Amino acid sequence: MSSTDGTAPPDRPAGEPPATKPDLGPVGHLGDRLFAGLARGSGGLVVLIVAFVGIFLLALAIPALADDKSSFLFSRIWEPGGADPKFGIAALFYTTLISSVIAMVIAVPIAVGVALFTTYYAPKRLAAPVAHAVDLLAAVPSIIYGLWGILFFAPILRPVIDGLADVLGWIPLFEKPASEDLGVVFTASVVLAIMILPVVTAISREIFAQTPVTHREGALALGATRWEMIRMAVLPYGRSGVVSASMLGLGRALGETIAVLIILSVPNGNDPWNSSIFAGGETFASKIANNAAEFDSPEKTGAYIAAGLVLFVVTFLVNSAARIIVARSTPGGKRPRKARPAKALEGATP
Amino acid sequence: MTTTLAANRPAYDGKALDLTGKSGARAFRNTLATVLIILCFLIALIPLLWILWTVVSKGYHLLLDANWWSQSQRGITVRRVGGGAYHAIMGTLIMSLLCALIAVPIAVMGAVYLVEYGKGTKAAKVVSFMIDILTGVPSIVAALFIYAVWITVLGFNRVGFAVSLALVLLMLPVVLRSTEEMLKLVPDELREAAYALGVPKWKTILKIVVPTAFGGIITGVMLGLARVMGETAPLLILVGYSKNINTNPFDGFMGALPTMINQDRTELALQPAADRVWAAALTLILLVLLLNILARTIARFSTIKSK
Repeated sequence: MSSTDGTAPPDRPAGEPPATKPDLGPVGHLGDRLFAGLARGSGGLVVLIVAFVGIFLLALAIPALADDKSSFLFSRIWEPGGADPKFGIAALFYTTLISSVIAMVIAVPIAVGVALFTTYYAPKRLAAPVAHAVDLLAAVPSIIYGLWGILFFAPILRPVIDGLADVLGWIPLFEKPASEDLGVVFTASVVLAIMILPVVTAISREIFAQTPVTHREGALALGATRWEMIRMAVLPYGRSGVVSASMLGLGRALGETIAVLIILSVPNGNDPWNSSIFAGGETFASKIANNAAEFDSPEKTGAYIAAGLVLFVVTFLVNSAARIIVARSTPGGKRPRKARPAKALEGATP
Repeated sequence: MTTTLAANRPAYDGKALDLTGKSGARAFRNTLATVLIILCFLIALIPLLWILWTVVSKGYHLLLDANWWSQSQRGITVRRVGGGAYHAIMGTLIMSLLCALIAVPIAVMGAVYLVEYGKGTKAAKVVSFMIDILTGVPSIVAALFIYAVWITVLGFNRVGFAVSLALVLLMLPVVLRSTEEMLKLVPDELREAAYALGVPKWKTILKIVVPTAFGGIITGVMLGLARVMGETAPLLILVGYSKNINTNPFDGFMGALPTMINQDRTELALQPAADRVWAAALTLILLVLLLNILARTIARFSTIKSK
């Protein structure tokens, strides 16, 4: 299908307004329609895949949920096998959420610091290598985080845990555990924090770098120190970006599987449930992966798929929230420049 | 009142008043912030260096052995020294390349849709939103979804190909986003020049736009591959670990580096098993790093010069 065999668009008569779309001639049409169809199809496929993930998980979870003899959302019992299958996700939900939120609380301040360091503190020549070094943290496979976390990192974290438990032990969340076990939720959280650090850093870095020069120079011209310039111009400007970066990090932490699986010790079935972050536990992801060998009957599989569905919905909500925050106020986006200073002022009021 | 004011007034020492200096408290806060921010950076570097040091120092010596690259673990128990990671390296490569084979065309065409066809439409916004959602889908959920379709509904076995399918879900958004970014950078002048010569739109995209962005697309593919190679969750659910060499992703169990690590990690008290775990971890890190470095190098040399 050559374009030279007389298919060039005919000359437009003078005076006719230029067409908004180029006239591609009759020959290009079939190819164009096919190609456009393929492109649209691929776009549609992405939408279909996400929809299918939800639909298939739901379809397989419903029969199992109907058989569930306990309250799925509020029960802590997980016994999907047997005549009376009982499975509730309350304990899984708790551990998943608490470990990810602690990871976020640890990671976000450090990530903001690292992002500020690369954008406004590091010497120009150092900034790029420094950024790459932090990005390399994302290149380490998560199974290696898990191994390193339990074998090398957990022992040095033990004194920290004991210290925290001594001071804050009166709060149930920080209650001192009976055993000296290393595989506790807190350790998993710190390792998760390291794992989500590069994501949060990378996004914050981009947002901070986009702070308008006029804002920064204005602050400096008023006699602000570097820190005051950052506090008055950079941080208010990047606030929504950092929030959405944290949400994305949270989403990552919620679904992390193998590192959590390796680190967390599974509580003994007969032990009473412990809400302390200094005890073991299981998250949605680690529970599913840990019991992959148990997927033998439809009921059992359905129970795990139901747990996976909840994880999917939670990460879906968290990631959509991140996306909506970005869409509403991306510094590099379509938002008019004028709206910015107002936003900055808004941020200053509590 | 007057006395305190007078007492607080700095004595005039005959020099010009320095009004550019900062008051003590502000200067202190500025220094404190600088120290804290540098500290944050150092804290972030510690785990990276520590992990790399651990894996390299514990794993390097097996990698120097030629057997590591040419033999499988067939017939070798956790107590015995010997064998290699050939089966796992092959498994990892086969499963991730098969995944790329499926994911890359869809991702590139999806990006072409977003940039060339759907720009600004509602449909494109929906697609774009779904890509973001797909980016956030945990690997375990992707694996469960493929389990639901491939094994529960279609009734197939646990094989390497099922893992590839789950990895497609994870690789697709990475490649699609980076391709989209690159296609956006292709200057409109190039497209207009092609249209002016009467080249149909599809040919313009195929022969002008995509080749111009090629370097960036390859970068995205490399980063996507690096992401999926280290994934463990789909391997745990969708394929069994085999110590033998199996190069057929449609039949039988298949070894992979993450599952090789997972297999022996409970036997770390035994030296041969521990050695193999760290050597496999180092091999995996090297593979992933190699892809990352390649991606960065290609990106550096193939940035589109728009101006």
